[in-house]
Amino acid sequence: MKVAVVVFPGTNCEYDVAHALDLIGVDAELVFHQETNLSGFDAVVLPGGFAHGDYLRTGAIARFSPIMGPVTAMAAAGAPVIGICNGFQVLCEAGLLPGALVANRDLSFICKPVHLQVESARSALTAAVAPGAVLRIPLNSYEGNYVAAAETVGALEANGQVLFRYCDDSGAVSESANPNGSMGNIAGICNDAGNVAGLMPHPERAVEAVLGSTDGIRLLQSIPTFAALVANPR
Amino acid sequence: MKFRIDIRRKDGLADPEGMTTHKALHNLGYTEVTAAHFGRTIYLEIEGTDAAAAAAEVETMCRQLLANPVIEDFEIGVVG
Repeated sequence: MKVAVVVFPGTNCEYDVAHALDLIGVDAELVFHQETNLSGFDAVVLPGGFAHGDYLRTGAIARFSPIMGPVTAMAAAGAPVIGICNGFQVLCEAGLLPGALVANRDLSFICKPVHLQVESARSALTAAVAPGAVLRIPLNSYEGNYVAAAETVGALEANGQVLFRYCDDSGAVSESANPNGSMGNIAGICNDAGNVAGLMPHPERAVEAVLGSTDGIRLLQSIPTFAALVANPR
Repeated sequence: MKFRIDIRRKDGLADPEGMTTHKALHNLGYTEVTAAHFGRTIYLEIEGTDAAAAAAEVETMCRQLLANPVIEDFEIGVVG
């Protein structure tokens, strides 16, 4: 499997993502946002950062970068398309995932490890994780507050498209465990097919013991696991 | 032609900046203030003389890029 790691002007997590994928034996290549062809790639990751300076709104300008043409085509074809932090914001702006990310409830930049409860294993970010698992992953964002129309959130919940919720270290989902005010403590979601998935915390920063957690490995491992499941359904 | 676009958070979505400012005004004694809402203003300068066509195009620009219909409402006005 070969994964394209997209680099917009202002992206700053591309090397971390490529390193993390390398650790799990997945071939990753950085691809600049001006590229218009992703043939030869089996999956895409939009990493974190501040694409195009986050001007206008986070992800608003990045969604019109030339690379988003082939990214959208791969999403439609069922290939794994993953957005992490700023990449999640780009996927929402592009309409590949529903909802939007706005400023944190307390108007502060949050940079700390958070706990996530895995809600569903039906996505390219969770196929290698058991639902109910509690993971410790770093959050690093100002606009991480997930909002959507009530009927959109209802449809996500009913359809099992909520992948992660902020929780405490025992896995209890509560308002006090909600770091940024996200509706329903939502930290990550997927599309109906499960191949397009986004989350605010950074799994690539939790892949080695020295980083304080290795829980991110299972999330990234879900990319090849999901692709294999799609290729050879059980 | 110069257009002014006011972009505001949709009703019902939390506006922490507005709530904090509202509270500060109350603390200063302006208790008659019932709410404060923050938004963003964009001024666009556009070539041409057909105001109606330009206004229609500005609306398209708002829907496509300048505002996010999931979280924002917008209002277009003509300046000068």
